[in-house]
Amino acid sequence: MDAAKEPAKDASSSQPQVASPEAGSSQAGSPQVIEAHKPAPNMPQFTRAEDLHAYHEMLLIRRFEEKAGQLYGMGLIGGFCHLYIGQEAVVIGMQMASIDGDQVITGYRDHGHMLACGMDPKGVMAELTGRRGGYSRGKGGSMHMFSREKQFFGGHGIVGAQVSLGTGLAFADHYRENGKVSLTYMGDGAANQGQVYESFNMAALWKLPVVYVIENNRYAMGTSVARASAQTDFSKRGLSFGIPGEQVDGMDVRTVREAAARAVEHARTGQGPYILEMQTYRYRGHSMSDPAKYRTKDEVSKMRDEHDPIEMVRRRLLELHGVPEAEIKATDAKVRETVNAAAEFATNDPEPDPAELWTDILLDAHA
Amino acid sequence: MATDILMPALSPTMEEGKLAKWLKKEGDPIKSGDVLAEIETDKATMEVEAIDEGVLAKILIEEGTEGVAVNTPIAIIAGEGEDVSEAAASGGKPKPNGAGGHPAPTPDMQAEGMAEKPAPAAKTGSDAPKAPAAPAVITNKADEPVMEEFPANTPMVTTTVREALRDAMAEEMRRDGDVFVMGEEVAEYQGAYKITQGLLQEFGARRVVDTPITEHGFAGIGVGAALSGLKPIVEFMTFNFAMQAIDHIINSAAKTLYMSGGQLGCPIVFRGPNGAAARVGAQHSHDYAAWYSNVPGLKVIAPYTASDAKGLLKAAIRDPNPIIFLENEILYGQSFPVPQLDDFVLPIGKARVHRTGKDVTIVSFAIGMTYALKAAQILAEEGIEAEVIDLRTIRPMDSETVVRSVKKTGRCITVEEGFPQSGIGAEIVARLMVDAFDYLDAPVLRITGKDVPMPYAANLEKLALPNVAEVVEAAKSVCYK
Repeated sequence: MDAAKEPAKDASSSQPQVASPEAGSSQAGSPQVIEAHKPAPNMPQFTRAEDLHAYHEMLLIRRFEEKAGQLYGMGLIGGFCHLYIGQEAVVIGMQMASIDGDQVITGYRDHGHMLACGMDPKGVMAELTGRRGGYSRGKGGSMHMFSREKQFFGGHGIVGAQVSLGTGLAFADHYRENGKVSLTYMGDGAANQGQVYESFNMAALWKLPVVYVIENNRYAMGTSVARASAQTDFSKRGLSFGIPGEQVDGMDVRTVREAAARAVEHARTGQGPYILEMQTYRYRGHSMSDPAKYRTKDEVSKMRDEHDPIEMVRRRLLELHGVPEAEIKATDAKVRETVNAAAEFATNDPEPDPAELWTDILLDAHA
Repeated sequence: MATDILMPALSPTMEEGKLAKWLKKEGDPIKSGDVLAEIETDKATMEVEAIDEGVLAKILIEEGTEGVAVNTPIAIIAGEGEDVSEAAASGGKPKPNGAGGHPAPTPDMQAEGMAEKPAPAAKTGSDAPKAPAAPAVITNKADEPVMEEFPANTPMVTTTVREALRDAMAEEMRRDGDVFVMGEEVAEYQGAYKITQGLLQEFGARRVVDTPITEHGFAGIGVGAALSGLKPIVEFMTFNFAMQAIDHIINSAAKTLYMSGGQLGCPIVFRGPNGAAARVGAQHSHDYAAWYSNVPGLKVIAPYTASDAKGLLKAAIRDPNPIIFLENEILYGQSFPVPQLDDFVLPIGKARVHRTGKDVTIVSFAIGMTYALKAAQILAEEGIEAEVIDLRTIRPMDSETVVRSVKKTGRCITVEEGFPQSGIGAEIVARLMVDAFDYLDAPVLRITGKDVPMPYAANLEKLALPNVAEVVEAAKSVCYK
């Protein structure tokens, strides 16, 4: 375990510490996301089945990430561990608008995307603990998991690198004329990297089938969007390339799915790339040792209390769809069971065989 | 006063070209800026403009003449009021094939090895090295039978390195629809160095993709396409520009197989000219062989001959791993015999004994071979028989062939244009310490580029590069002669 990189663990604390007034600027608490939650006149609606599906999928990510945080606190997970808690509606809404064979690629906050792609929670958790049953046989870790079967292409630790790579996946789709779309995720921090714009240019030039999903959770590590970005409306970041974009309430899985459907259709029908700025929020720190000095406790709790993506769906299930509370509790229990089984597997699975040190460096050219 | 018009150079490495067409005829008045003639090389064409005013007194080189050396007088211009016929008579002395002026300094291009058939090389095929599965422990099988890389009676065709590389790509693109080439100016322009000449015409814009000048982005796009199973050939106009893209080469291409537990291979070739050309300054002259050689997950190839360029590029394109294929601008125009075979593929990771000898081993690769072979010839005249080994592949490095030779000669020097510290020579020295220590009769010496950024001035550049005399001197020194 290489915990040395993350000396000040606060995994056990789900609430960040109170930020000083100086650090918690008013910019950081800008009402951008909150305003997006005013009930839209034509809010897309989900069927009972869709809400049930979204609830299960998002809850799985939430519980999985909570468990990962716990295992980190116990020293079972080492190094970096970036939790997706709070942002669940983004990847689930996107997946609800994609089809089998569409590729997904993202940065280092990737556990949610893997689960959303249908990867086995046991394999993901065992990779977090560095065990042989992990998706990368223990050689990748939190930021580096892949599944060709599920068309999940990582898990990338270099901020912004996945944007060029995801554009390359779209290049391959375009080359093969296979009708597939690359869903390429990045954060608001990555959106300032140079290669993002090199990729935008080529994607627009060649009309590649790629949807760029900018998960704006308002902080690149500890730097608020306002302190890092001259243009804080990320949906406009493709304008000079002629790439359409929109800002989306990323806390509501229904608005995400609706925008995603539009974007994916645009890309799939040969009209080129599309940008979705998902206005979202992460409840936890950047990684596990986050000083939480850059935002107020109130800001975090307000988001949790008023805009929680999972709670919104739960309320709809109860109040709108008339789902009995017992049925919801059964789902909760099932998800807990899945996550506990994953944790147990990841705890008991042996570490990789020492011989694995020397495997998977090169493929056999004669195979 | 009459003025000579000299054959111009289109690039620092150009030595000769074709005088394609005269646009003015004798007796025509000339003013500054007039286009006088068109010049062609295998890479490019250009117009010769007049700088002086006057009358075109005499054409010294007829249009259609090939092989006109740079700085040869091609015409005479009579100044204003000057008698044209007198000027024509008194003007420059035509030297159609002479070395007029001061050609740009280039490494000694006399590749006497060109005439040789490639020497019998190390074993090939079935027992090619597996993935480096353990710390480098060399097993020396000194008496292994050597195998020819192609049948002895194979007809040979004289081919430039440039054509060999193009042929390799074209053959592999015909063979496999997943292979495509992308880079700056690879399509419409036919390649900045004309390596992709004709590919657009044969394969179309879908498979021969011009990119914007955006190395970081298109390298990432290439790697992404490779992760999804396509087989891109990414051309860098020079490897100097790959510095913009090196994150994708190392972090995305080389490491993903390992980080994915063997799930995601990256079958991609990054190729382009590497190292110094001539007079292009420090930012366009860097030799990256040692850099990429340092990275597990990459294979690094740096051929010298056209035959190796072809056979190894074909192998690289078929290889399921990320490959760095280092070419050299100065070698592009050099001709070598290439076997005329339908499918000539060489094994990656095998050095070749280019010239056999018993007294000292000279290990080199790529353009370093030009110094090594020239030195070997001089040494032979002085009674020292040098064995010259062309590494061909830098990673995985074929230590076995080097060690076998050193066990025979007991002495070794290395030659490369790259910097000395942590260079390829340093690596060979380290390996010999472990695997041939008891066989060495002298310390191993390295001939490298000097430890300075490449200067522009012709004399300084020449000093910064290795030279034949240094190689000869080092070889004599380890032989205590």
